[in-house]
Amino acid sequence: MNIELDGVRLRYGKTVALDGLTLNLPGGRIYGLLGRNGSGKTSLLSLLAGFRRPTAGTVRVGGHPVFENGTATAGICLIRETLDMAHHSVKVKEVLEVAENLRATWDGDYAGTLLEKFQVLPGTSVGALSRGKLSALGVTVGLASRTPVTLFDESYLGMDAPARYLFRDEVLADFMQHPRTIVLATHLIEEVAPLFEQVVIIDRGRLVLHEDADDLRARGVAVTGPAAEVDRFVAGLTVLGEQQLGPTKAVTVYGELDDDRRRAARERGLELGPIALQDLFVHLTAAKGEPA
Amino acid sequence: MFDDRSPIYRQIADRIKTEVLAGTLQGDEQVMSTNQYAAYYRINPATAAKAFQQLVDEGVLYKRRGIGMFVSPQARDSLRAERRESFFSDVVDPMVTEARAIGIPITDVVERITRLAEGDER
Repeated sequence: MNIELDGVRLRYGKTVALDGLTLNLPGGRIYGLLGRNGSGKTSLLSLLAGFRRPTAGTVRVGGHPVFENGTATAGICLIRETLDMAHHSVKVKEVLEVAENLRATWDGDYAGTLLEKFQVLPGTSVGALSRGKLSALGVTVGLASRTPVTLFDESYLGMDAPARYLFRDEVLADFMQHPRTIVLATHLIEEVAPLFEQVVIIDRGRLVLHEDADDLRARGVAVTGPAAEVDRFVAGLTVLGEQQLGPTKAVTVYGELDDDRRRAARERGLELGPIALQDLFVHLTAAKGEPA
Repeated sequence: MFDDRSPIYRQIADRIKTEVLAGTLQGDEQVMSTNQYAAYYRINPATAAKAFQQLVDEGVLYKRRGIGMFVSPQARDSLRAERRESFFSDVVDPMVTEARAIGIPITDVVERITRLAEGDER
C-alpha cells in the first residue's frame, strides 16, 4: 500500500516537528527510516498511523487521508517505542486478544509462535515483563497483525542481541511470505540495513534523502592518500568529512565515482574505500563540531 | 555474509561469478531463488533480484519463465576471458608496485615466476 506525503508540516505549539515533507513510498517494500533524536521520525510515523493531524499538507495511505479515517487506519499498525500498552495488570494474551479484534488480517497462530520464540509467556501480566520482553510483545503484535502498512518505531528497545536478530529474521521471512509495506525506524542501522530496499533520512523535520539502499552505499567513498594528492582529487566533489594523520589524509566524498575517476585515483596512488550506510548517515546528519 | 559497505547486489553478483568460475555452479544448473538467497544471506529479496538481473544482463544467467534462473552454458568461458583481460592490471601491476615499494628486485620476481612455471612443467 502506497504512502504519500505532500508538503506536510506538523507543529506542536512553537516547535516545528516536520517542515514541508514531501515523500512517496510505493507499497510492498521494506523502508529504513533514519534520523537523529528529535529529527521528526516519531512525528512522521504518528501522522502515518493517523494518531495526529498534520498542521498543513496531506498524508495519504493507499490513496486515502488517514486522520480520523477508520477504514484506512484499520490497515495500518504502528508499534511505538513506548508501546501503547494498557494497564500493568493486563495479561499478554489479553493484549493479543485486543489486537485480534482490531485487525481483520490478524494471524493468531503466528503470534503464538513468535511469543514462544521470544520466550514470552501468555499468562504474564504486562507490568511484570522486562523492557526487552515488552518490546518482543510489541514486535509480535506488529508482525502478527499483518496489516498492509506496518510501522516499527525503535521496536527492539531493551532486546538482547539474539532477540534483535530474531526480530530481523522474522521481519524478513514474514515479509517474503506476506509482502507488505514495512517501515523500520531505527538507530541500530548496521544491524538491519541489509533488510532495507530503500532508505529515507530526515533531519530537523526535513527530508535529507530518499534512495535505494544500494544506490546510497555506492555513493559514499573514502579517499585516502598523500594530503596534496587527495585534495587535488576531491576538488569539486561533495566532501562530507576529512581526517589527517601526518602526511596522510582521508576524505569522505558523497557521489558515485565513475570508472575513469577510479582509474585516475589508482594511478595517483590513492586508495578508494567504501563507506557503511551507518557512517554515511552520520556524515549526512552530523552537526557542526560533531565527528563526521 | 555481506558487509554493509558496498552495494550488496554487487557483492552477490561477484560471489555467483566466482562460483561459476570455480565450477561450483555448472552451465545450465539452476541457481537458488531470490527468496532463498534473501533468507540465507539475510538481505532484502529485491536486492537479490537486482543481482540476478545484473547477471542476466551480463549473460552469466538466463531466466526460464516460471522455473527460475540458470547458469548460461558459456558463462564460465566468458568470465574466464574477462578475468584474463584484467589479470595484468588487477594482479600483476599491483604486485610489481608492492615489490618496488619493499625493495624486491623485479628480476627476483621474474625468477620466482619462472621457477613456479618450471615446477608445473615437470
